[in-house]
Amino acid sequence: MRRHHDMGGLDAGPVEPTEHDYLPWEKKVDALVRLAGDPKRKMIAIDELRRGIENLGPGAYDELSYYERWISSFTNVMIEKGHISIDELGRKMEEVRVRWQEAAK
Amino acid sequence: MSETHSHDDWPYPHPKQPDIEDGPITDLMIMTEAVTELMIDKAYFTADDMRRTLEVIDAKTPAEGARMVARAWLDEDFKARMLEDVNAAAEEMSIDSGVIPIRAIENTKDVHNVIVCTLCSCYPKHLIGLPPDWYKSRAYRSRVIREPRAVLKEFGTEIPDGVEVRVHDSTAELRYMILPMRPKGTGDMDEDTLAGLVTRDCMIGVTIIDRD
Repeated sequence: MRRHHDMGGLDAGPVEPTEHDYLPWEKKVDALVRLAGDPKRKMIAIDELRRGIENLGPGAYDELSYYERWISSFTNVMIEKGHISIDELGRKMEEVRVRWQEAAK
Repeated sequence: MSETHSHDDWPYPHPKQPDIEDGPITDLMIMTEAVTELMIDKAYFTADDMRRTLEVIDAKTPAEGARMVARAWLDEDFKARMLEDVNAAAEEMSIDSGVIPIRAIENTKDVHNVIVCTLCSCYPKHLIGLPPDWYKSRAYRSRVIREPRAVLKEFGTEIPDGVEVRVHDSTAELRYMILPMRPKGTGDMDEDTLAGLVTRDCMIGVTIIDRD
């Protein structure tokens, strides 16, 4: 059975020549994957990142932007492999949220 | 962004750089920051490693690939080595092309080549920088393998009927770049000038180098 990401050969509209300057957070996601996946650390393989993206399912795959798919998959793989825990991630996200809200005031 | 500000030493108002406080903050942006901080807290890497990696990402532009193309046009032996092994040829020029193998495909008068990654977004970014959005789009990934001539036409590239079009589908283990044809009338140009003619899109294969 064809999976959602396997779209080669399907019908689609015209190719819109879109591009944007990558945002700082997007580059940070790319850097996270490069660092964790480098030959020294080997915490994630590119295929593991892909598996995570492909397993997001058709809904999330289409709704999330490119680097949103990457960070979702990367984080899942880090949790799955025990490099970070869900609890500490939740606490850290709350800490960042509060800090950014304060900074925006 | 219409908002402007100015500095004491540079009195002219200019647009604020789009930054985190300008756009809406999303959960996944917060997650990105939180994961980064956790990885640093746990000493998987340092803040300095992150900073240096971001610098590497910013430093990668199509200019490095363009230098290699220009060198290949001028030096047949180098071209042969590049077609054999792009990563080794890059190293000769002190260009870091990353650990994933890259293969160069040469355009000729008989064959025009174009690259895609139908399954995801594999791209020789360690050589020519981060890919444009359209390369990762559903439309490009779906259609370019089935109707490449029509897609190329949308980029303003008409390939004559007598020229074969080949599409190369990248994978996580092997990426491609196109070695475009050297344009006519460039016989007296040096490497830097030639490199200036080589665009990102012609190394993807959606355009050919047009000198007008």
